[in-house]
Amino acid sequence: MLSQDSLKQIDKELTKYPPEQNRSAIMAALRIAQVEHGWLSNELIKYVANYLNIPPVQALEVATFYSMYNIEPVGKYKLVVCTNLPCALSGGVNAANYLKNKLGINFGETTSDGKYTLKEGECMGVCGDAPVIIVNNHSLCSHMSIEAIEKKLMELQ
Amino acid sequence: MAIYTSGVIFAGVDTADKDCWKLESYIKRGGYSALDKILNSGMTQEQIIAELKSSGLRGRGGAGFPTGLKWSFMPRALDGQKYIVCNSDEGEPGTFKDKDILEFNPHSLIEGMIIAGFTIGASVGYNYIHGEIFEVYERFEEALAEAKKAGYLGKNILNKNFDFDLFAHHGYGAYICGEETALLESLEGKKGQPRFKPPFPASFGLYGKPTTINNTESLAAVPFIINDGGQAFQDKGIINSGGTKLFSVSGHVNRPGNYEVPLGMPFAKLLELAGGMRDGKKIKAVIPGGSSAPVLPGDVMMQCDMDYDSIAKAGSMLGSGAVIIMNEDVCMVKALERLAYFYHEESCGQCTPCREGTGWLYEIIHRIEHGEGRLGDLELLDNIGNQMAGRTICALADAAVFPVRSFTKHFRHEFEYHIEHKKCLVNHKWC
Ligand SMILES: Cc1cc2nc3c(=O)[nH]c(=O)nc-3n(C[C@H](O)[C@H](O)[C@H](O)COP(=O)(O)O)c2cc1C
Ligand code: FES
Repeated sequence: MLSQDSLKQIDKELTKYPPEQNRSAIMAALRIAQVEHGWLSNELIKYVANYLNIPPVQALEVATFYSMYNIEPVGKYKLVVCTNLPCALSGGVNAANYLKNKLGINFGETTSDGKYTLKEGECMGVCGDAPVIIVNNHSLCSHMSIEAIEKKLMELQ
Repeated sequence: MAIYTSGVIFAGVDTADKDCWKLESYIKRGGYSALDKILNSGMTQEQIIAELKSSGLRGRGGAGFPTGLKWSFMPRALDGQKYIVCNSDEGEPGTFKDKDILEFNPHSLIEGMIIAGFTIGASVGYNYIHGEIFEVYERFEEALAEAKKAGYLGKNILNKNFDFDLFAHHGYGAYICGEETALLESLEGKKGQPRFKPPFPASFGLYGKPTTINNTESLAAVPFIINDGGQAFQDKGIINSGGTKLFSVSGHVNRPGNYEVPLGMPFAKLLELAGGMRDGKKIKAVIPGGSSAPVLPGDVMMQCDMDYDSIAKAGSMLGSGAVIIMNEDVCMVKALERLAYFYHEESCGQCTPCREGTGWLYEIIHRIEHGEGRLGDLELLDNIGNQMAGRTICALADAAVFPVRSFTKHFRHEFEYHIEHKKCLVNHKWC
């Protein structure tokens, strides 16, 4: 279910931990699998667990505990906006409302063309650069004024 | 990102230079000379611990525990694997300092961790990095590769009989993993649910082995302390609050950002460094140490100094050094509602008082904010808080209760007004 490249990345993660502690690599392995498939189906979670030689339930438990794993399909671009207090004081809530209106969806929803999923985020540790939006988990965009959001949406086609 | 520095972790770091994080820049700034000093002058573990103790360095992750003392607890002479773990899972709302250390000066942390490993007798270390700053995690891995290539990591470091390996591990969205034992669980590939203490990590830590866990900023200050001496660090601050500290200033100021300043600096001076209040508005309230610290009225804060004792005397905590500043337009009920939502979302669900209590706190504050508050709700909040604080495995429950107690104490009239008139006392808008 995973490409040679993804498996190679997982192998590299495994070298960080003692040989009998494969389980430690589960967080990175699920992340790598998610990057390739967009989300983690039960089959994929099981496949990753088998690859690490750990019980599937241990992988499932991690996939469901941590909020950045997508355990359901998401749009091509998952946008997570931080609305926690420090960000809210500098436009975080406004940015979220703007996105809701513009895309016509609420938090937790995906546009009907499958392009965007919008989520509410908790503190990302970049409150000084509010408003902040994370695109597909790994690309953090700061100072997201209305103009900056418009520009970003144009880029994300 | 503004970084004002008076000279420990960010001394000489030009954050506008896109290569400032690289090994070459770090060496030009005198980097890895502390490690060199230790390995070549034969400085002992005991001497390093003594230096740290005299520096007055207190843990920068929130609890302020003396770092030298923590290191001395490790059974360093004991055979077998031991670990040093860095907590870069910065998720306390308002805190964004560790991210800047990793982004602009990662080698200061790497050097600090190598020295820590040497001191506590650990040959392996892990840095647990907040998942949301994934690009910073990737950069840290590059910095590790640089250090390894240059012989600062691996076997026989600097051709001395000392081995140390360091790896990066990322989180993936769970505030609770900032709690040190939840972090260890997560590092072991499990759900981040805190462990009961004792046993403490120094006897039963990662994979059950003796482990020391420190915050990024604590470890990144170590090279300076070794180079310039503990006393030089202590002298930058004041008694009981040695050294400089990074303050992450957010909210209604003109220049939000990180400010590395001497401990003991008057809050008014820090506010001035951050450009003062945005739009000339009045300061209403400040949370001085991250969202888990009690809120203080603006006028009380204006009399405080930024050190452990001054903030504690005023009834709050210096915590992680996240200073959240609110102006006169903020509705304190709405602000508290957002924080209560956060703790409810992030409770790991292990302990009943926290799992259920954070839900109740949020629900009640939510209904007050939405004009459905009932007489007696403030007492109810109090009651629920009393059944949560101090009754759980970790301090997340306390962290959820502190804001509720302090907001309803200092701004009680706003809550009462909301309940009675079913609307805001102030003309609130978010920014
Ligand atoms: C709910 C909770 C969240 C925490 N989050 C963090 C965090 O994000 N970063 C951190 O360094 N410490 C955090 N801590 C404190 C750690 O448990 C621990 O005290 C700290 O990492 C020790 O390092 P220090 O002594 O260098 O401060 C948190 C504690 C609790 C109870
Ligand atoms: S509150 Fe939004 S990043 Fe910290």
